[in-house]
Amino acid sequence: MILGSINPAVLMAALMVAATPILLAAIGELVVEKAGVLNLGVEGMMIMGACVGFIVAVNTGSPIMGFIGAALGGIALSLLFALLTQALMTNQVASGLALTLFGLGLTALLGQGYVGITPPRTPKLDLGPLSDIPFLGRALFTHDIVVYLTIALVGAVWWFLKYSRAGMILRAVGENHDAAHALGYHVKRVRVFAIMFGGACAGLGGAYLSLIRVPQWTEGMTVGAGWIALALVVFASWRPWRAMAGAYLFGGVVVLQLNLQAAGVRIPVEYLSMSPYLITILVLVIISSGKGRSLNAPGSLNKPFHASS
Amino acid sequence: MRMPLLRLEGLTKAYPGVVANDDVSFEIGTGQIHALLGENGAGKSTLVKMIYGLVKPDKGEMILRGQPFAPGQPSDARRNGVAMVFQHFSLFDAMDVAENVALGMENPPPLRDLARRIRDVSEDYGLPLDPSRLVGELSAGERQRVEIVRCLLQDPKLLIMDEPTSVLTPQEVDILFRTLRKLSSEGTSILYISHKLEEIRALCDEATILRGGHKIATCDPREKSARELAELMVGQVLHPPERPARPMGDVVLSVEKLSLKSNNPFGTSLKDISFTLRAGEVLGIAGVAGNGQDELLLMLSGELRAPSAQVKLKGLPVGHLGPNARRKRGLVSAPEERLGHAAAPDMSLTSNALLSASERKGLASRGFIDWSATESFAQQIIERFDVRTPGTHVLARALSGGNLQKFVIGREIELDPDVIVVNQPTWGVDAAAAATIRQALLDLAGKGAGVLVISQDLDELLEVADSFAALNEGRLSKVRPAKGLTVEEIGLMMGGAHDMHVAHEASA
Repeated sequence: MILGSINPAVLMAALMVAATPILLAAIGELVVEKAGVLNLGVEGMMIMGACVGFIVAVNTGSPIMGFIGAALGGIALSLLFALLTQALMTNQVASGLALTLFGLGLTALLGQGYVGITPPRTPKLDLGPLSDIPFLGRALFTHDIVVYLTIALVGAVWWFLKYSRAGMILRAVGENHDAAHALGYHVKRVRVFAIMFGGACAGLGGAYLSLIRVPQWTEGMTVGAGWIALALVVFASWRPWRAMAGAYLFGGVVVLQLNLQAAGVRIPVEYLSMSPYLITILVLVIISSGKGRSLNAPGSLNKPFHASS
Repeated sequence: MRMPLLRLEGLTKAYPGVVANDDVSFEIGTGQIHALLGENGAGKSTLVKMIYGLVKPDKGEMILRGQPFAPGQPSDARRNGVAMVFQHFSLFDAMDVAENVALGMENPPPLRDLARRIRDVSEDYGLPLDPSRLVGELSAGERQRVEIVRCLLQDPKLLIMDEPTSVLTPQEVDILFRTLRKLSSEGTSILYISHKLEEIRALCDEATILRGGHKIATCDPREKSARELAELMVGQVLHPPERPARPMGDVVLSVEKLSLKSNNPFGTSLKDISFTLRAGEVLGIAGVAGNGQDELLLMLSGELRAPSAQVKLKGLPVGHLGPNARRKRGLVSAPEERLGHAAAPDMSLTSNALLSASERKGLASRGFIDWSATESFAQQIIERFDVRTPGTHVLARALSGGNLQKFVIGREIELDPDVIVVNQPTWGVDAAAAATIRQALLDLAGKGAGVLVISQDLDELLEVADSFAALNEGRLSKVRPAKGLTVEEIGLMMGGAHDMHVAHEASA
C-alpha cells in the first residue's frame, strides 16, 4: 500500500504549519466581517505582508522585526481599503478585488531585488520534554512560536467577541449599523479598527509563508491562500474555533495532496486543490438559499453605512 | 404647575432645502406625560433627536433641571437621565435580549447580573422578558418591551417614546399605558410622540402640536376633541371618505385551506388560510406586524407560488401563476415597502409605471416599449391622484413617502383590476394623502372590483372595510361583517395581548 509511506506524525506536523498562514488571515477577516465589512483584498494584504516581512527580516536580520514589518505592511494596505470604503463610500467588493490586484503588482515591484535570497531562520520553540512524547511530541510540539501564538490569537478573538464589551459593540455594528448608530456608537471608527486588525493578521499570515513555511520570496507566492482564508470565514460560519478547525482541514488537504503526489497516487491533484473552494461554494449556496441567518452571517455584512442624520 | 424638567427655547434646525424645526419652544413638567403631535414630516423626529443628542440644533437652547443641556451624543443624553424608545432601528436580531439591553446602557453590569435585573424590572412593570432569547425570534410587542426595559434600567428622568403603539394590539396598548402611568406617578416625565389622537387624549397631560416644523399650539388634549386636534395637526378640515351603498357581486377571489412556508427565515408561515372576496366588497385584514401580512400579500400577488387550485380568481385556478400572469387576469397588488418593492428607487416614474402596467395597458409590443404611451400613462396617474412632482422623469426615490404611495396605488388602480390587494396603503402618509388613497380604493370597489386591504391601522380598516378578519401567527380569523365590531373584539381576533395579560394580572 502506497499510503503506508506517509508518516501520520509528520503529516500532522506539516498540517499545522500549512494551516497557520490561512488561519491567521482568516481570523483577521472574521473580525472584519463581524463588523459588517467584506474585504476581498485578503490575498493582496497577505502578499504585502509576505513581501514587506521578507524585506525587513533580511535587512535587519531579525525574523521578529520581519513579522512586525509584515503586520504594518498589511495595515497600510488595509487603510487604503478603509479610506475607499468607509470615507469615500466605494463598493466593498470592487475595492477588495482592486486591493488584491494592487497588492500583487506592488509586491512584484518591491520584491525585485530579493528573489533567491534566504531569510534569517526563525528558531523552533524549545518545549523540552514535551516534544519527546511519542507521536504527539513530533506532531504538536516541534513548531515555531508563531503556530502557538496563532492558536492563542484564535482564543483571544473568541473571548473578545463573546465576552468583552468592545466585542459586543463590534458585533452590534456588524449586525445592524443603523441601530448601532442610533444608540450612539461610532460605526465607521469601529469598522476602520476592524479593517486594520484584518490587515495586520493577513500581513502576519503572508510573512509566515515567506519567512518560515517556504522560506524565500517569489512573486505571487501566496497562490490563493487569501482566497482560501476568505472561504474559510464563510465555511466557519463566522465562529473562531470553527475557523481553526476549517483551517486545519484545508491545511490537511493541502498537505495530503503533496504527500499523495510524492507517494505516487494517481488521482489528479487538482481535485484536492479544488476541494476547499467546492466546499465554500456549497456553503455560499446554502447561505443564499435564505438559511443564511441560521448560519450566523452578520446582518449588515457588505452593506454601506451612511449616517443619514 | 409642576416644576419643569426640560425647557426647550427657540430650537431651530435646518437641512438643505428644508427647515425641520423653526423656533420651537415648550416645557415638559416633572412626572408629566407630554404628547408631541404632528404628521409625518412635521419635525417631530428631528426635535427628539436633538434632545437625545443625535442631531445638534442650529439655534436655541435646552434647559434640563435648571442647567443648560447640550448633548453632543446619545451617551451624554443618557448620562443626564434621558432615555429613548425608538420606533424601529435599534435592536440587533442576532443578539440576545441581555446583550441588546447592555448595548443601550452607559455602564452595564456583567451580563449575569444584568439578566437578573432585566427579569426583576420587567416583572415589576408587567412586561415579562426572557433575557437569554434571541431578539430576532421575538414578536413586535416583545421587541418593544426590550427597548422599554433597556430604558427603565437606567432610571430615566425623561423617557422619549417614538410612535410606540404602531406595532401593538389594543390589549398590549392598554398594558403599555398602565406601565407609562405608573412611571409618571413615580416622577418620570414622558415625551410621547404619536399621530393617534384618541391615544393621546386617553394618556397625556399636555400636548404640543407641530406642523411644518413650527409649533402650532400647546394644549390640554383632554379639553379638545379628536377632531379639533386633527385639524390643528393637519391645518385643514378633513372629510371622512364617502361610501356609497353598493350591491355585492359574485365571488372574484377565493383562497381555500392554504398553508405556505415563508421565504424569510424570521418570517411567519401562513397556516390554513381560507376566505372569499366578492365584487364590490372591501375586505380588511388586521394584525400586528409580522403575523403573516407580508406572506399573505406575496401569496396573492404571485411572488410566492401556491398549489394552483387553492387560489382562484373569478373561479379559475391561479395559484401557480406569477405576478405578471395574475396581473393580466385582473389581480393586481401593491406591497407595503414603497421603495424597493412597489417601486424601483432609481428609475423614473415613467419606467416604474411601465414595470407593472406594460401587460394590461399594452405598453410594449414585440419586445419594443412604446415610451410615449407609457409617459402619458404615468402623467395620467400623476394627474388623477394628485401626485406632487415636477414631472414623469423624476426618480421614484425623490418623491416623498405620501406622494410615492399615491403613485404606486394609483398605478394599480388605473389598471382597472378585478381584484386589488394592498398592504399598509397609508403607512407613513400624511392625512390628506391618506384620505385620497382610501377614497380611491372605495371608488374602485364602487365600480365593482374586489378590494383587499391589509393594514395595522384599525381606524383605517373600520373606515373602509365591509368585512373584517385578523391575522395572528399566520392564521386568519373568521371573516366577520365590519359593522358593529368593537375595538375589543378586534383586539381579541388579533390575538389579544399574547402572553402578557396573565403576568399583568399577577402584578396588579
